Amino acid sequence: MSSPSLVAVVGNPNCGKSALFNALTGLRQKVANYPGATVERRTGALMGRDGIELIDLPGTYSLTPRSPDEAVTFEVLSGKHDVEQKPAAILCVVDATNLAQHLRFVLELKALDLPIVVAMNMMDLAARERISIDVSLLSTRLGVPVVETIAVRKKGLTELTDKVISSFNAPTNLNIDYGDTIKLRQKAARKIANEVTLSEGIGHKSTRVLDSFLLHPLLGPVILFSLLFLMFQAVFSWAEAPMGVIDTGIGALQGIFSNLLSDGLLLSFLNDGILAGVGSVVIFLPQIIVLFFCILILESTGYMARAAFLMDRIMASVGLNGRAFIPLLSSFACAIPGIMAARSIANEKDRLTTILIAPLMTCAARLPVYTVIIAAFIPNDTVGGFGLQGLVMFSLYLAGILAALAAAAILKRTVTQGPSDTFILELPKYQVPNPRYVFSGLYERAGLFLKRAGTIILASTIILWALTLYPEPPVGADRPDVAYSFVGIIGGWLEVIFAPIGFNWEISAALVPGMAAREVAIAALGTVYSLSGSEEMIEAGLVSMLHSAWSLPTALSFLTWFIFAPQCLSTLAVTKRETGGWKWPLFMMGYLFALAYGASFIVFQTASALL
Amino acid sequence: MNAISSTAVSLDTLSPGACGTIAALGGTANNDMVDRLREIGFAEGLDVEFLHQSPFGKDPIAVRVGDMTVALRRAEATLIKVNIV
Ligand SMILES: Nc1nc2c(ncn2[C@@H]2O[C@H](COP(=O)(O)OP(=O)(O)OP(=O)(O)O)[C@@H](O)[C@H]2O)c(=O)[nH]1
Ligand SMILES: [Mg+2]
Repeated sequence: MSSPSLVAVVGNPNCGKSALFNALTGLRQKVANYPGATVERRTGALMGRDGIELIDLPGTYSLTPRSPDEAVTFEVLSGKHDVEQKPAAILCVVDATNLAQHLRFVLELKALDLPIVVAMNMMDLAARERISIDVSLLSTRLGVPVVETIAVRKKGLTELTDKVISSFNAPTNLNIDYGDTIKLRQKAARKIANEVTLSEGIGHKSTRVLDSFLLHPLLGPVILFSLLFLMFQAVFSWAEAPMGVIDTGIGALQGIFSNLLSDGLLLSFLNDGILAGVGSVVIFLPQIIVLFFCILILESTGYMARAAFLMDRIMASVGLNGRAFIPLLSSFACAIPGIMAARSIANEKDRLTTILIAPLMTCAARLPVYTVIIAAFIPNDTVGGFGLQGLVMFSLYLAGILAALAAAAILKRTVTQGPSDTFILELPKYQVPNPRYVFSGLYERAGLFLKRAGTIILASTIILWALTLYPEPPVGADRPDVAYSFVGIIGGWLEVIFAPIGFNWEISAALVPGMAAREVAIAALGTVYSLSGSEEMIEAGLVSMLHSAWSLPTALSFLTWFIFAPQCLSTLAVTKRETGGWKWPLFMMGYLFALAYGASFIVFQTASALL
Repeated sequence: MNAISSTAVSLDTLSPGACGTIAALGGTANNDMVDRLREIGFAEGLDVEFLHQSPFGKDPIAVRVGDMTVALRRAEATLIKVNIV
């Protein structure tokens, strides 16, 4: 058995490598319109041909690695990677609308002495810009096959595959000397580009026009801020109706079970355990979808890089650079991809700082927490045309961002001290979001969310529910049964710690399973209150149960706690992997816990004194 | 060698709307940064156009160079010498 031949997909950032990889393998690697979307290698079998494996790599401008993601590309290409074998050939993707720049990298790759096939991608954009290129001349000049492709429309794939396969036996040493400095390669690349370009093209007009608004000194920041604001309003308002439907559905199911089954363990398991627990999380699917939709749109239009440009100065004031804004914005979805995306940051100290503050960006798992508490305690009024609840939500997100900036400023002056990197970023052309990528991104995230609900959240809910059954209450007990169970006992111990910030034993107990995933805290509250509440209260749902069980200061303190929310095991695990040890994840947990406790304490004590 | 004409100025001294051709890269000993600028697309003889500057403190700036748009800080833009047209 011989292992399959490996073909490395390489090229400058954002030229369509991942889109092409997806088209050739049928996989769903992330495609996004900003440089640095891919930060990790990913392999997949070439569709329709046996024994050939493609590897999608992070984009890089040269073979001199400048950040951890580019180092992966370099290691794989030079055969130094500890897992991947040395590739048998290179599939180099170039952007037809920016030929001279991309050809320089092809010339650099030629020194590696591997067979190369060039995919001249973005031919649709080249046609629209009226660029015309003599492909066969280019192929002669480079001494390698060149194939025109449109990755997003799966054009040119058959020819590309054929050329890749026949390249395996092609001689590589063509003795064309381009010189060995970057300056000489630039010259050679420009000479070739000039020769093969039949018509120069007219440039990308709409990018110029859009940038004159989106990067306008006054409009630019206003638009950026409004976009973020609208995003959070949308999360609230667009999701309201479908959430209501799911809520009613869950209530109806509980009703059906109550009618079908007699009072007992099974009914309690289904109604208090699964439906009140997992159901209280599943209900947030519509909000998660709206949030991810907004982020995917921002990522696929090309606006992300503009946001980084606008934010650079602000990021610089806390010792980071605008690039860090891209992983941070991704962390609104989940800190884990955000922490991984930090690999595209060149400077080690900057990268570490970005990782440490990423959990402060409000991730989607905190949406359920915020939404339930806001619905229970903030009136559904409008203020100046905006929903009050949406405004509170926005302030919570804003508080997370400000806390992240403040934390970065302090970290960069203390534990992650060191010179910070400068900001250099290619601003890609704007593109109309490709519905296929947006949809497949949404599908993937929604699937992940439901999978979490069906695994981690379900499991922790069942364990919690089981722990609420024993020990049984003493005869003549005057409190609900659950207060005497293990959950009640553990909650009681923790309450000693959390009483100064206004948390009762129910909340304290819910924080423990909340370590598994933040939204489990809501599922756990669902179960605990469902067990201790009366029939009518349960039917009215978690929101109204909380409304009658908590004081406003407690609710505010709970919201504040979740701005920092130190507890999320997967974030800590990924931080350990990305920083190579336990030191930084433990530090992260420690400082977040201290911040959460401190801020909640201040909020609770102040609110209690005022109200 | 590219001759630097007497009118060459550094890119960071320009303001939005200015156009020119890159006359030289470098000047000081910061070779690694010059390589980085070359890698992302700056080269002698290419057209540059100063497009935008940050609303906050006019730094960083965005320029068109050849067929692409690149954002960079003024500190690095000092390494790029431009012949104004
Ligand atoms: N119009 C057009 N757009 C394309 C084509 N191929 C890719 N794109 C778009 O270009 C952008 C970048 O595509 P990716 O596949 O993520 O690029 P990449 O080279 O993997 O980028 P990095 O992983 O950041 O290095 C996305 O917005 C794609 O939709 C194409 O042939 N035509
Ligand atoms: Mg990619």
